[in-house]
Amino acid sequence: MSQTSPDVLSQRFELGFTYTRSTGPVVGHFLTALKNKQLVGNRGSDGRVYVPPAEYDPVTAEALQDYVELGDTGIVQSWVWVNEPRAKHLMDKPFAFAQVVIDGADVPMLHMVDAGSESAMSTGMPVKLRWAETTRGHITDIACFEPV
Amino acid sequence: MRDVAVISWAQSPMVGDAGALNEVELIMPVVQKALADAGLESVQDVDFTCSGSCDYLQGASFAFVSGVDALGAVPPIKESHVEMDAAWALYEAWLKIQMGQADSALVYGFAKSSPGDLPSVLSLQLDPYYLAPLWPDSISLAGLQARAMLDAGVISETDMAEVVVRSRGNARNNANAQLAGDVTIDELLAQPMYVSPLRKHDCCPVSDGASAMVICTVEKARALGHPYAVIKGIDHRIESNNLGARDLTRSVSTEQAAAAAGVAQGPVDIAELHAPFSHQEIILERALGLSEDTRVNLSGGVLAGNLMMAAGLDRIGEVAMRICAGEAGRGVAHATSGACLQQNMVVVLEAE
Repeated sequence: MSQTSPDVLSQRFELGFTYTRSTGPVVGHFLTALKNKQLVGNRGSDGRVYVPPAEYDPVTAEALQDYVELGDTGIVQSWVWVNEPRAKHLMDKPFAFAQVVIDGADVPMLHMVDAGSESAMSTGMPVKLRWAETTRGHITDIACFEPV
Repeated sequence: MRDVAVISWAQSPMVGDAGALNEVELIMPVVQKALADAGLESVQDVDFTCSGSCDYLQGASFAFVSGVDALGAVPPIKESHVEMDAAWALYEAWLKIQMGQADSALVYGFAKSSPGDLPSVLSLQLDPYYLAPLWPDSISLAGLQARAMLDAGVISETDMAEVVVRSRGNARNNANAQLAGDVTIDELLAQPMYVSPLRKHDCCPVSDGASAMVICTVEKARALGHPYAVIKGIDHRIESNNLGARDLTRSVSTEQAAAAAGVAQGPVDIAELHAPFSHQEIILERALGLSEDTRVNLSGGVLAGNLMMAAGLDRIGEVAMRICAGEAGRGVAHATSGACLQQNMVVVLEAE
């Protein structure tokens, strides 16, 4: 038996979920389109257009498929001004979270607006989508919106 | 339906930082007090126990199991847990009694929220693909709701400040309150914006602590010989997780739960509303159809202290204890969960 250092059993361990999950036909369709810098929504049972697309109608629970391709401009429906971003926020300077109704859609989507200052924000203001430098099929492929 | 009685409720002081105390040390005193106030010696004296907590606040999966250490569960007890506010633990216990599988139950909720950034942690309950990656914190989402109401002209900033003035004032009579005092609308409106259009006082504080309650059949309550309040109606409803698909200026699910619980079937002397943001108290008063005769949030509500995972149960406890004390004959308690009042419970309590 060796008189040097004792044998210690060791195993590398990475804390995390070691599986991947399919995002499914609706969310996956939206995220794949984002990777190609295309915004896609779908039509609810009442004809209203959702973007991001809804998997199931929020009222009737009907599975939704009827996709609509949309442009990259919209209108701010509601907003808050985050003057001091939290550690997890994706912007390190003051920004707005906003409900943006994409032109051609009816239901607003939540994202960020890089407006520089609160005084540049107003309800009803037009905004344009800014794509991330590299797109990879995530909601963050949309870097943010910016005032037009 | 079996009538179920609330016979005791204990709440720890609501503090911004419980220091070195761990969850078990927060739970033990309130469980012991709730059992003692009910005339019971130990957890072995109830048929069922159910708790509400959130593993995300402790930062470990199945962290809630350690809470059982506070009970003295030897020999083994019948126990369950909800990853929700303890108001929903009470709902599970109420169902257990309805099913005839228990005649009495202990319900408790606890959280030590202070070690993390609670508003950011709460963003993890959102849609994991569309929303959570953007880290929309709970305050920002509530601000979107407040802005929608202000823009629609259904509330004013003065209305919001009035809610805070009343909360701070009422909380002076609440020994467990974290925030209390005399403030005026002008003083509040002079404060700077926090997450515009919300000022800091429009948002509930982060609080550490725990609460516990004992419920039982009315027959058992009579046998124990304590005053009690009877749950006459209880219902909870949820809305879409898509914020854009909801009308944020009202609370449809509260309206539905209120109708199912029978709020309008009698006068409402007092109401305790789980409104983590000032404008939400106004939404809830309207959704419940409360008149000016109803005294709202005599405890100060959660703007005066917000025990995550117990604040909803606390609303039920506050109403029940005032009924037990003879201060009210009929009251309504409300509990909420999720972003912008996504899910809501309404409980109608009456004196026997």
